[in-house]
Amino acid sequence: MTYFPEEVVEHIFSFLPSHSDRNTVSLVCKVWYEIERLSRRSVFVGNCYAVRPEQVVRRFPNVRALTVKGKPHFADFNLVPPDWGGYAGPWIEAAARSCVGLEELRMKRMVVSDESLELLARSFPRFKALVLISCEGFSTEGLADIASHCNVNLNLNCFGACLVDSRTLPQLRHLRELDLQENDVEDRGPRWLSSFPDSCTSLVSLNFACIKGEVDSASLERLVAKSPNLRSLRLNRAVSVDTLSKILLRTPNLEDLGTGNLTEEFQTESYLRLTNALEKCKMLRSLSGFWDASPACVPFIYPLCHQLTGLNLSYTPTLEYSDLTKMISRCVKLQRLWVLDCISDKGLQVVASSCKDLQELRVFPSDFYVAGYSAVTEEGLVAISSGCRKLTSLLYFCHQMTNEALLTIAKNCPNFIRFRLCILEPRKPDATTNQPLDEGFGAIVRECKGLRRLSISGLLTDKVFMYIGKYAKQLEMLSIAFAGDSDEGMMHIMNGCKNLRKLEIRDSPFGDGALLGNVAKYETMRSLWMSSCNVTLKGCEILASKMPMLNVEIMNELDGSCEMEENSVDPSRVEKLYVYRTTAGARDDAPNFVKIL
Amino acid sequence: MSPPLEHDYIGLAPPEDLKGTELRLGLPGSQSPDRRPAATTTLDLLPPKGAKRVFAGKEKAEEADGEDKKVAAPPQPAAKAQVVGWPPVRSYRKNTMATSQLKSSKEEPDVKQGQGFLYVKVSMDGAPYLRKVDLKTYKNYKELSLGLEKMFVGFSIGRSGSNATSGKEGVSESRNDGELVLTYEDKDGDWMLVGDVPWEMFTDSCRRLRIMKSSDAIGLGYLSYLSAKCPLGLRKMFHSKVRGQVQEQELK
Repeated sequence: MTYFPEEVVEHIFSFLPSHSDRNTVSLVCKVWYEIERLSRRSVFVGNCYAVRPEQVVRRFPNVRALTVKGKPHFADFNLVPPDWGGYAGPWIEAAARSCVGLEELRMKRMVVSDESLELLARSFPRFKALVLISCEGFSTEGLADIASHCNVNLNLNCFGACLVDSRTLPQLRHLRELDLQENDVEDRGPRWLSSFPDSCTSLVSLNFACIKGEVDSASLERLVAKSPNLRSLRLNRAVSVDTLSKILLRTPNLEDLGTGNLTEEFQTESYLRLTNALEKCKMLRSLSGFWDASPACVPFIYPLCHQLTGLNLSYTPTLEYSDLTKMISRCVKLQRLWVLDCISDKGLQVVASSCKDLQELRVFPSDFYVAGYSAVTEEGLVAISSGCRKLTSLLYFCHQMTNEALLTIAKNCPNFIRFRLCILEPRKPDATTNQPLDEGFGAIVRECKGLRRLSISGLLTDKVFMYIGKYAKQLEMLSIAFAGDSDEGMMHIMNGCKNLRKLEIRDSPFGDGALLGNVAKYETMRSLWMSSCNVTLKGCEILASKMPMLNVEIMNELDGSCEMEENSVDPSRVEKLYVYRTTAGARDDAPNFVKIL
Repeated sequence: MSPPLEHDYIGLAPPEDLKGTELRLGLPGSQSPDRRPAATTTLDLLPPKGAKRVFAGKEKAEEADGEDKKVAAPPQPAAKAQVVGWPPVRSYRKNTMATSQLKSSKEEPDVKQGQGFLYVKVSMDGAPYLRKVDLKTYKNYKELSLGLEKMFVGFSIGRSGSNATSGKEGVSESRNDGELVLTYEDKDGDWMLVGDVPWEMFTDSCRRLRIMKSSDAIGLGYLSYLSAKCPLGLRKMFHSKVRGQVQEQELK
């Protein structure tokens, strides 16, 4: 291979599909390292503190698409204190200095300031895609800068808790995609929609579902009318049925729709118009929204159901199981279903008998309290597993589970890649035998040989970890809560799961013994999170001293949220621990409640 | 139609010995959600060692298990135990759902509201079925109390002071286990004691009523708070129930 000219080698590398493959070939020899790094177009940084931004841009000066992730996953559930870190600034600054060809930037769980967005806008003439998932820290002013400076197509996705002012969005002249998902949007009025340019837009995707306020219907209709490329449209609650109908008449190529308001106070006439409009959208495959949908609106969706592959009803507590099943039973091609637990076990049986192509199922709780009731139990999941044999991805919040059910599920669906089970009450045992759920989860990991992600719950002893360590050889991410008896549990995982990248643990009795039992393992993983476990300061210090290439961050909050515990916190106990491998050394942007050993 | 949901927010299962005599809420033939026997109390939901709790009192990782069973909670409504970050659901989803449920409370089967009526369900622990009352037919707490008394025998909250101010200056009953209290679920889904807020505010936010045993609130530090307001009538009624009799005369 080394006798081939560089261009040929580079061309061969261009067929390598994954980052890890490219990383591997770069290790072969110096020549290949050079060829690879100069031709790398897409770089993925799973932990923003694992490597210095300057190092990345120096090694890959021709990168076009950069992806960076910040906070640990448990930040989604408020377990990471605010101001912990994950700043986008250094990345954008480094790229601005060295990678003038940058076109796409994707960030997840990071803090992005307006100044950074302004810098971004000014620095990259070919920039066209900005994807922000669960980010925070910026406002409309920053987006305005992006808008006014970026003359090329812009793909803007914002997910998660970030502040986006609706007023600024308008100035995005050549916008292709504006996708705001799950944002906390500061609404400053409906003018933003009318600020799109008068000429035809290249808009492909528009999602403003999370904007809480009113929207000017006329502007929205005009915008849609001049966006012939629109493929994905997700509206917010303020958009009326009539507006939706009018819009849909203009979007025959729409593939993905998030409905607006579907509450009861409409005339049947409005709904008939809606049905007519929906029938024109032959390409429509995916449906979401349904905010506050009234059961009366459901029949008007029926004509669409047979062609749907994706359906998200997880924000609709107003539909009971009978309404849900009437709709879902018609969705015979469904591959992805997100639904609330009001669907109940009976409803899931209907899903199982109707949706034979189902690959991904998420059942969310409608009651968020720990002792909350859920109409969904192990029976629903067993039914699903026996009807939907193609299931590969599951997120299931339920009231109870049994070992027998899990054994059945494992046998029925050995193709699980993601299996996340959350029994609402922590440490709840098998509902019929009162035993721990070790055997059930053991069956899952034994049968599902391709399992990459697992979340466990219920009453679990060290035994379940023995099973996981023994069988879950492809496992990359494991989430543990309220489980285990002793250090041995965690040791099974550390010693057995060869492909483990992310381990996150909360409220489990693992201590220093487990933490220090296999320190070399941490170098092969992206990160470890432990909160409310039994690790002590001493243990963390030992870890830090043994493994200099790890950052060992401990967080003992001293803010107001801990007032109730202030009189008794054992100073040697570590409340939150975050360990990750890094070539960058200790970070210098840590807040005062984070101590890096 | 789904069976009426009994939201056992306390999470405590009834004591084993009363299980035979326990009259569960719900239609005949329906089953309440399966609950584990009281071998584990609600408090076990709050994980013992090193857990971060919203209500946590003293906490030491190495402390013996005995400490774990006690929770020194501030006087909160006798509602749900909360653990930070559990269940693992994103804040966006929680916030959106809260808004949805607020908006849709008019559609709630529990609350039927129209031009001149506001029916809410009333459940009483141990009664075989629920009743419905029209809150609009009452002008204040005293009238509500009298109305409920007709439905469920021996019931009264009138004596503890039924005006806008809370009934603290009213009856202070002796604190024994036989007391019943009147609670209601508000629009946020929280269980509150009846009588704290002005009547109009109460009718605005009340979604359903529940006459519960104050013994259910033991351990959440709520008993002392409740017993001061316990109405005499409720206590009488509970005593008669415990003797195995169900007072029939108030049921037409």
